Amino acid sequence: MQYLIAFLVGGAICALAQLIFDTAKCSSAHILVGLTCLGAVLNGLGLYEPFQEFAGAGALVPVMGFGSSITTGMISEVKRLGWEGLFTGAFEITGLGLAAAVVFSSLLALSSKPHR
Amino acid sequence: MGNRLGTRTLTFSRGPRITSRYTLVGPREGKGPYALDFHEILADDSLGQKTAEKTERLMLELAIAKTLEQHDTSIDELHFLIAGDLLNQITTSCLAASTHAVPFIGIYGACSTFAEALGLGAVLLQGDFAEQVLIGTASHYQTAERQFRYPIELNVQHIRTNQVTVTGAAAAILSFADRGPRITHATFGTVVDMGLKDPHDMGSAMAPAAFRTIKEHLADTGRTLADYDIVLTGDLGRQGSKMLRLLLEREGFEGLERLQDGGSQIFGDWQPVGAGGSGAACVAVMTLGYILNALESAKAKRVLIVATGALLSALTVLQGESIPCIAHAIALEQ
Repeated sequence: MQYLIAFLVGGAICALAQLIFDTAKCSSAHILVGLTCLGAVLNGLGLYEPFQEFAGAGALVPVMGFGSSITTGMISEVKRLGWEGLFTGAFEITGLGLAAAVVFSSLLALSSKPHR
Repeated sequence: MGNRLGTRTLTFSRGPRITSRYTLVGPREGKGPYALDFHEILADDSLGQKTAEKTERLMLELAIAKTLEQHDTSIDELHFLIAGDLLNQITTSCLAASTHAVPFIGIYGACSTFAEALGLGAVLLQGDFAEQVLIGTASHYQTAERQFRYPIELNVQHIRTNQVTVTGAAAAILSFADRGPRITHATFGTVVDMGLKDPHDMGSAMAPAAFRTIKEHLADTGRTLADYDIVLTGDLGRQGSKMLRLLLEREGFEGLERLQDGGSQIFGDWQPVGAGGSGAACVAVMTLGYILNALESAKAKRVLIVATGALLSALTVLQGESIPCIAHAIALEQ
C-alpha cells in the first residue's frame, strides 16, 4: 500500500508538471525552479512534512523534495547556529545529493557520449 | 527601370536558368515522403565528423562539389558564390567558401536564405554582371537546435508548434545554358513584425510575411494563385500554413488549393516532428528536389516559391524582442 501511494503521488506531481509544461509558455527550467521553490515554501510553512509522511518517496523523489530539504537544513542550522544557519543550512542535507550528481555526471561524461 | 514590375517585383527578361542542382538530406528527411526527389540521403547525420557544425560545413561543400561536377564546370569559371546558413556569422558558408577562390557573397535570411540567393543570382545574371553563379545553403538539426533552442544533450521535450530543423544542403548553378527551369520573377519581401514573441511557434510569426509577399507578387504581376501549378511556401509548418490560408481566405484570394508547404510536407505524418520541418535547407531541398523534378517532368509548368524566414536571434528572444519575419517569392517556369 505504501508503495502504491508513493507511486501515485509522485506520478501525480510529475503529471502536473508535464501539464504545466504543455499548456503554459514556460521552459523545463521554469518548472524545475518553480517546483523546488514550492517544496521549500511548503516545508517552511510546515505543510510538507505531513505530506511526506503520507506519501513517502512519492514526495521525496520529485524535485519538490529537494526544495523541502533545503528548508529543513536551514531551519535546523538556524536553531543550532543562529542567523548564520541561513547560509550554511541550505546545503546541509542537500549537499550529499548535489555532490553525488556532480561526481557521477562527471564520471559518466568521461565514459560515454551524449545522445545525438 | 525596365526590369521592374509594379511596386516590388523584378522580371528577368534574359531568362536566367537553374542549370545544375544537387540536394543532400539527413536520414530523417530520407524517410519522409519526398525521399525519392533528393539526390543523396546520408546514412548517418554526422558524416564521421566530430561536431555537427563540421558536418554542416561538409554537407555544403559536398553539395557544391557535386553541383559543379554535374554542370561540368570548374570553380574558376564561376563569377560568384552566394551562400548563407543559420549559424552565427554564417560560419558554415564562410568556411565552405574559404576552400574556393571565387567571389563570395554571404547572405542571411534565416530559412528564406535560399530564395534570397536565387533572386540575387538572377539579378547578377540579368544585369550582365555574371554568366555563372553558384548558390548554396545548408542547415543541420543539431547545430540549429544549439543555436536557437537548447543543446540536444539537454533533451528538452518538443511542443506541438515546434518545428524540426531539416538536416540537409543544397546547391545550384544559375546560368544561361539551355536547360533547366527559367527564373522569371523575384519579389523580395519586406520585414513584417506582428509582435509575436514565441520562438516555439515561428510558423504563426512568419505567415503574415508570406501573406504580404504573395499579395504583392500577385498584384505586381497581375496573376492569381491559380496561374501557378504549385505555390510552395518555405517552412510555415502546419500551424503557419493554417494561418496563411486564413489570411488569404479573408481577403478573398482564390486558388488556395495550389498552396503547398515545404515544412509541412518534407516529413510524413508518421514522423514525430511537431509542426513540421524548417531550416535554411528545408525550402532549398524541396525546391531543388521536388519542385524542379515536377517542372522537368512537366507535372508543373509554373511554380511560385515563397521562402519564409524568422529573423530572430537567441539573444533577442531572451531580451523579450518580438520576431521580425520575411518572405521572398521566386517564380520559376518550365
